[in-house]
Amino acid sequence: MSQTLAEKFYFLMKLGRELELRAKEEYLKGNISGFLHLDIGQEAVSVGAVVGFGKGDLFCPYREHVLALARGMDPKLIIAELFGKYTGVSKGKGGSMHLYEPKLDFYGGNAIVGAHLSHAVGAAYARKLRNEKAGVLVTFGDGATNAGSFFEAVNLAVVWKVPVLFLCINNYYAIGTRIDRVSAFKDTYLKVKDYMPAVQVDGMDVFAVYEAVIEAKKYLEEYGKPYYIEAITYRFEGHSMADKGDYRSPRELEMFKKKDPIENLKKVALEKGWLTQEQVNLMDSKIAQIVEESVEFALSSPEPPPEELYRDIYCGSVCEDIGV
Amino acid sequence: MLYREALNLALDHAMESDPSVVILGEDVGFYGGNYKVTDGLYAKYGESRVIDTPIAENSIVGTAIGMAMVGLRPVAEIMTANFAMLAMDQIVNNMAKLRYMSGGKISLPMVVRMPQGVAKQLAAQHSQSLEHMFASVPGIYVFCASDSITAYHGLLSAIRFDDPVIFLEHVALYAWDFPFEYLKNFDPFSARIVKEGKDVTVVSYLKSLHDTLKACEQLEKEGISCEVIDLVSLRPIDFETIYNSVKKTKRLVVVHEAPKSLGLGAEISARISEELFYYLDAPPLRVCGEEVPIPYNRNLELMSIPTPEKIYRAILDWGKQNGL
Repeated sequence: MSQTLAEKFYFLMKLGRELELRAKEEYLKGNISGFLHLDIGQEAVSVGAVVGFGKGDLFCPYREHVLALARGMDPKLIIAELFGKYTGVSKGKGGSMHLYEPKLDFYGGNAIVGAHLSHAVGAAYARKLRNEKAGVLVTFGDGATNAGSFFEAVNLAVVWKVPVLFLCINNYYAIGTRIDRVSAFKDTYLKVKDYMPAVQVDGMDVFAVYEAVIEAKKYLEEYGKPYYIEAITYRFEGHSMADKGDYRSPRELEMFKKKDPIENLKKVALEKGWLTQEQVNLMDSKIAQIVEESVEFALSSPEPPPEELYRDIYCGSVCEDIGV
Repeated sequence: MLYREALNLALDHAMESDPSVVILGEDVGFYGGNYKVTDGLYAKYGESRVIDTPIAENSIVGTAIGMAMVGLRPVAEIMTANFAMLAMDQIVNNMAKLRYMSGGKISLPMVVRMPQGVAKQLAAQHSQSLEHMFASVPGIYVFCASDSITAYHGLLSAIRFDDPVIFLEHVALYAWDFPFEYLKNFDPFSARIVKEGKDVTVVSYLKSLHDTLKACEQLEKEGISCEVIDLVSLRPIDFETIYNSVKKTKRLVVVHEAPKSLGLGAEISARISEELFYYLDAPPLRVCGEEVPIPYNRNLELMSIPTPEKIYRAILDWGKQNGL
């Protein structure tokens, strides 16, 4: 079991890392524009949570490339979207912050901090009404836990008794503002511990995140009620490509880089014999190939045609059977 | 049939025919609605489909979005348009954008209903007309109901649409008794010519329509024949119907309760100036609310909005200056 999981985790985390490093490069070359938020350093949370949660709806904020990958989105479609190409998952009209694929129960990709929390609660309500039991996973940063929308969503999830796993990705910084300067609690789970089961987990350890999410999912399925996990992690890059991240001390950054979730997973997996160096090398070269192919796909893809400007504003369809 | 009964009937027929239609909002269920629009539906369809929410407007719309994303057809009630200002993030940044940003992958078959306008001495935070704020946002439709026929058919059409609709009601009309009939074909995008005339085209909607009709009765006695148009849809606006009427009358008046500056009258007048400038025998006239917060005192309140007398006087004076 650990072997299969270690392989899966390593592949997804490393693929996420390499894709994003390449995205950074392509951004600097001018092939990607706008806001690009990298998940580098936080991959254990994104991958551990999505794999651990399994089936169910997934709602994310704008730092969602790795979450989308872990959910099964084709990296080609992600990179093409970052390039603003027509073949991108959102036809080049959403960009990095707006990846969506309802076929994968993947609902974005929201760039208003905290706005998607109530979407997750509403989706969970809808699933419950229809006796669909999979539950909903919603991820968000520590910054969102100071917004009114957070408290509204938490309250509603409790009142409506809906199976939502609130997963806070606490990287200590809301863009450039450290959590203790703006939040009553540095540990965000303390804000909701009287509402629902709420735990804190080491977000640099993919197995720890995975196991916590498995526990949470069991609770959701058994009780149909909300649950809260706070994963403590760190982003190695700035908030977005527009941010150097120099409000953080080099010492702090170095301290967390020593806990690099991918390096640590590799080390532990090799030590315990879950992975061999040969397997790692094989995965690494496969990943390099996927990254290369994804960029080539994006580069060779067409721009959206001009008429696309006016498409998808309305779908225009009507359900005639209602009220008849 | 009372205006609110027509709205209730539309909700009832929609819920009866489609189990995916749900209602949510403050006091909509057990209490029966603050304006009794949802009266009886809680008893008939139960608390899981007529959902009482906390006072959290942003999350009322946000959860409705989440429900719609996974296939329900929620009808959210915001107690008044004034309170919808708390939900503007969900309405403007989310409801209006998700389809476009997802390249058409997300559909939001949902309605957000709310009353607006001056009732009687409710003061500045309960009396605003805010239709221009919603109607200025691409990605949503804005319908409004001026009588029981448009209330019933307009709301039912809104629920049938697979796109998000803001449905505006007027707070002073709920207890008005209007003639009612079931229409075989009702197109919510078509403006209605509610009175034919040859000298002036007067465009209005919601309660101002009735004030306008009263004013036009008086104007007939002065020999001025008004053609009165009820817009029904505020986004999109049925300009064709307005153009055809103005081509005939060569004069345009727009009447609404919202302040004149940047209101719908500004948009309609500008379009007429752009498209039909050489047809016009007079500059367009706008009879609108004053540029003030709505006051509590009844005399001042009536001074702040168009009344039949003011509309009559304004059109008469303007007509005299322009050869009528």
